[in-house]
Amino acid sequence: MHDVTHAVRRRRDLIVAAVLIALAACVPLFVKDVYAQNIMVLTLMYAGLSQSWNILGGYCGQISLGHALYFGLGAYVTAILLTKFGVLPWFGMLAGGVISAAIALALGYPTFRLGGHYFAIATIVIAEIAFLLFLNWDWAGAALGIDIMVREDSWAKFQFTRSKLPYFYFALLFAAVAWLVTWWLENSKWGYWWRAVKDNPDAAESLGVVVFKSKMGAGAISAFLTAIGGAFYAMFVSYIDPDAVMSFQFSLLIALPAVLGGIGTLWGPVLGAAVLIPVTELTRSFIGGSGRGVDLIVYGSLIVIVSLMRPDGLLGLFSRKRKVEAAR
Amino acid sequence: MTAETIIQSLASGLLMGLLYGLIAVGLSLIFGLMNIVNFAHGEFLMLSMYGAFFLFAFFAIDPLLSMPLVAAGMFVFGAAIYLLIVRFAMRAKTNVGMVQIFATFGLAIVLRGLAQYFFTPDYRSITNSWLGGKTVSIGGIFLPVPQLVGAALAIAAFGALYVFIKRTDFGRALEATREDAGAVALVGIDQNRVFALGWGLGSALVGLAGAIMATFFYIYPDVGASFALIAYVVVALGGFGSVFGAFAGGILVGLVEATTALVMPPSLKAVGIYAVYLLVVFIRPRGLFGSI
Repeated sequence: MHDVTHAVRRRRDLIVAAVLIALAACVPLFVKDVYAQNIMVLTLMYAGLSQSWNILGGYCGQISLGHALYFGLGAYVTAILLTKFGVLPWFGMLAGGVISAAIALALGYPTFRLGGHYFAIATIVIAEIAFLLFLNWDWAGAALGIDIMVREDSWAKFQFTRSKLPYFYFALLFAAVAWLVTWWLENSKWGYWWRAVKDNPDAAESLGVVVFKSKMGAGAISAFLTAIGGAFYAMFVSYIDPDAVMSFQFSLLIALPAVLGGIGTLWGPVLGAAVLIPVTELTRSFIGGSGRGVDLIVYGSLIVIVSLMRPDGLLGLFSRKRKVEAAR
Repeated sequence: MTAETIIQSLASGLLMGLLYGLIAVGLSLIFGLMNIVNFAHGEFLMLSMYGAFFLFAFFAIDPLLSMPLVAAGMFVFGAAIYLLIVRFAMRAKTNVGMVQIFATFGLAIVLRGLAQYFFTPDYRSITNSWLGGKTVSIGGIFLPVPQLVGAALAIAAFGALYVFIKRTDFGRALEATREDAGAVALVGIDQNRVFALGWGLGSALVGLAGAIMATFFYIYPDVGASFALIAYVVVALGGFGSVFGAFAGGILVGLVEATTALVMPPSLKAVGIYAVYLLVVFIRPRGLFGSI
């Protein structure tokens, strides 16, 4: 087992994923508690979102702290199309994804030329502008937001009054697709380009990697998937406003699982979300309910400790081999 | 819109801008020294404001007098944060940038949580300080006294900082470490000590800004967040690491904010600042005065 070849390792990843998905699909059969199911839905959603972020932030090395923009766009496009034009959320979701990808390309054109901190701050600033515009845009509900009336159980309208299970299975599907897309991209021409761009853009350029185009591709895929997650979230909570879907906090929450689990790795976002989201939700409900900030203290300390102790992310704990690969 | 309103808002914008410069300069100093962006900078400001508030509430020390105390306290706090957290974040061999971003981000969240826990999320304000609520009229233009004093303080602080960096041994060590940390170690300057003092100095500067801000702004655990983003924009506009770029960047941001508030609803005034940031970095990706 010391020297597994690349192809064997990839096949093994696929088998592990299939087993995990099958196991996860069975969990609701045993866990009937609505609160626990709620945490599982959020965990899966953030696993998928962070997986999407990881494509741009991890593999391609472009640290975006503004993914709340794409998350919020997905949520808003879906909610507006449904409540104002009666378009089914499935089409709204797709429209949100396409619009987000288009905006990512338009924004990528000027921003991908920026380096390091200038890029990261540009992403925060752009998301913040969108946040302020939505906060003042009356037609889109402004600060009051949009209420998605839930009247019936319907797969067509993707709304369910009694059970959380449909949401759970969609979140699982979303996380699985995001994982699979990453798995597939990892070994594609794009995957190799991205890692070259991340490690040394100048050397990559000189070796014929189209640096700018690589970043644009990563940005568009990442934005598309993030918007799908946002659309799902809008239907899941059935009420959105700028604070609830586009605030800076979401940009952090989307990036954190990948950072904690192992940035630029296939399993990092899944592992990070599986640790971070339950911890956050549980501390919030057990000790943070009074609004006194204990949840923030626990959560923030966790981030500091992991980033200091495990710069490679939690994944580094599992096997030395993976750690070496993550570091490469 | 008369000429008077325009002059009036540009004058207040200029005052606020100088204060923004003072808030941001510590951030720029630390970045220039060790290439780290402190994402908890806004929380440092928040702590300074609480410091001034509690000194006023418990000991009736006016913020104008407690300012040196707050700055001294923040100096110790900043140096301690470097020694306890940042020093270790810099040791990371992989993902160096991410480790620094998220270690200081995590710290920001912890500080916010601690403030909520110990100080409660209530909005506080210092109601009857010497400066608070007063205005002066200069040639028909009304200027709030706290901001006026804050602006004067900012100019004085930048002046002192300039002398400090150019004339003192520590200032020269600071400059030399920014230029080439490795070579500095060779001539016997303890890099760790310079970094700790740099964090102390940067934090003391935001302490000054916080004490004056406490006289005219509400104080609550999240207050740092909005100023932090403005501080990043100021620092980036000036060019990361350029201390005097922060001065110019602050003034520019203050004026842009005031102008935006004239033509757009007040809730959108930050959009103008952000738009100018994007415009500047798109044209000059290294900021206005950045050299790196």
